Amino acid sequence: MKWGLILAGLAAALLAGCGSSGTDMTNSGAETDASGSGSVLVLGASSLTEAVGEYAESFAGADVRTSFAGSDQLAAQIRQGAPADLFLSADTDYPAELFKAGLLEKPRVFAANELVIAVPADSDLASLSDLSRPGTKIVIGDPSVPVGAYTRTVLERLPAARREAILANVRSEEPEVSSVIAKVEQGAADAGFVYATDAKSAGDAVKSVAIPTGLQPEVAYAGAVVADSGNAEAAGEFLDGLITGGGAEDLRRAGFLPPP
Amino acid sequence: MNWRSPFSFTAVLATLLVLAFLLAPVVAVFSYAGPGRLLDALGEESAREALLLSLRTTMIALAIIVLVGTPAAYLLASRQFRGRSLVLTAIELPLVMPPAVAGIALLAAFGPHGLLGGLVDDAGIELVFQTAGVVVALVFVAAPFFLRAAIAAFAAIDPRLLDAARTLGAGPFRAFATVALPSAHTGLSSGVALAWGRALGEFGATLLFAGSLQGVTQTAPLAIFSDFSKPGGFVSALALSAVLILVSAALLLGVKLIAGDRALDGEQAP
Repeated sequence: MKWGLILAGLAAALLAGCGSSGTDMTNSGAETDASGSGSVLVLGASSLTEAVGEYAESFAGADVRTSFAGSDQLAAQIRQGAPADLFLSADTDYPAELFKAGLLEKPRVFAANELVIAVPADSDLASLSDLSRPGTKIVIGDPSVPVGAYTRTVLERLPAARREAILANVRSEEPEVSSVIAKVEQGAADAGFVYATDAKSAGDAVKSVAIPTGLQPEVAYAGAVVADSGNAEAAGEFLDGLITGGGAEDLRRAGFLPPP
Repeated sequence: MNWRSPFSFTAVLATLLVLAFLLAPVVAVFSYAGPGRLLDALGEESAREALLLSLRTTMIALAIIVLVGTPAAYLLASRQFRGRSLVLTAIELPLVMPPAVAGIALLAAFGPHGLLGGLVDDAGIELVFQTAGVVVALVFVAAPFFLRAAIAAFAAIDPRLLDAARTLGAGPFRAFATVALPSAHTGLSSGVALAWGRALGEFGATLLFAGSLQGVTQTAPLAIFSDFSKPGGFVSALALSAVLILVSAALLLGVKLIAGDRALDGEQAP
């Protein structure tokens, strides 16, 4: 029992010690990165998985590691100090916010996309207004993930009654676009708001229903080098290639549009 | 044991490292933002709704697990039959199954295109995107925790006790209710607590199988994930995490208390 108390006390002291020396430890970590291997960690929006994944493999400037998730999750990781080199977001808001906070260098728009409605191949849903039919199971992105924000932009441009009817059919707010399209592919959902590129890469099980031009949100992808990147030069080169180079080709092949 | 020997010194150091490493994240959840901001964050409606939904779904799941699991565990504990150990292993499989695998497996079984999806649909039951789907996911991942504890508890009953009850004229149901259940109650209770803890923390299977919608399927762990990525949502995520840590700690403590005071001092309960 006595030993238990002593152990607990020492553990508390050790914890306190960790707390005060924590900043030193992170700094030395970053320095090793800066002088080190020349690998670039790219945090990319979920919808970029295929195109940027291919580009990363062929990129000659450095060894590139990628991590794909919802842009909002990636932004949260950068806010918490994740040691990344490049952030590629499915919108311009998150990069702008992080730039303002001094966490990113100046963002640049590198691609555009369109929002579509993904439905199972045998679906009889043929237009946006069909989504207001009672009982239609709709899946959209969480409000904080860009695809969810774009979806709400589209819905806000509809007459209130139709918007309410569609929102009443929403069954799940998914953390990223890839899980929206997965729920449609699975047949769990009757329709999901996704990017045109996701519907394209989903294959035969899914077809896409267009959203009228007048309702289309402006879907722009912005990227920026992380401010305390240990490999800013290679990260910048990687971003350049997405605007005019090998990366841009991979993006076009996947169906992404050139930056507006 | 000689505490001055190099071995003891190393062991004490290792213990300190273990304690510091395991406790640092827990302490951080409470101290990162401070109690005031955590309590404020818990006042938000989305947080309260998530906690209430977690409470409701885990309670229903526990009720199902206990009602169906207790007789099943009794049978498995008291009868010998061919393939029994295979059945026991199969029951424990969800224990070691990654949650995402559990979600995919549930979709493949009970989803709209799943093997049993037609049956579920014909019965007029909707699971995917429904609170009922959350309960199904919770029962799937948490039931083995209860079953394992219950089987062990029933198996530990001295068979002569049950024989005596039967000799005195008790039918099988009466023997179960008046002898087996009271004798096994500590094991059953700790099984309930462990299953509850697992159900409270369920994330992957729920997200994949039932989706995430505030008030319907967004339980506390899903709300934590959703809050984390919202600008400024880190504190809300911490607040919900703090509640889950407190409840889990209470459950764990409950298990130890149920198992007897000796367990608290590190000795195995009989």
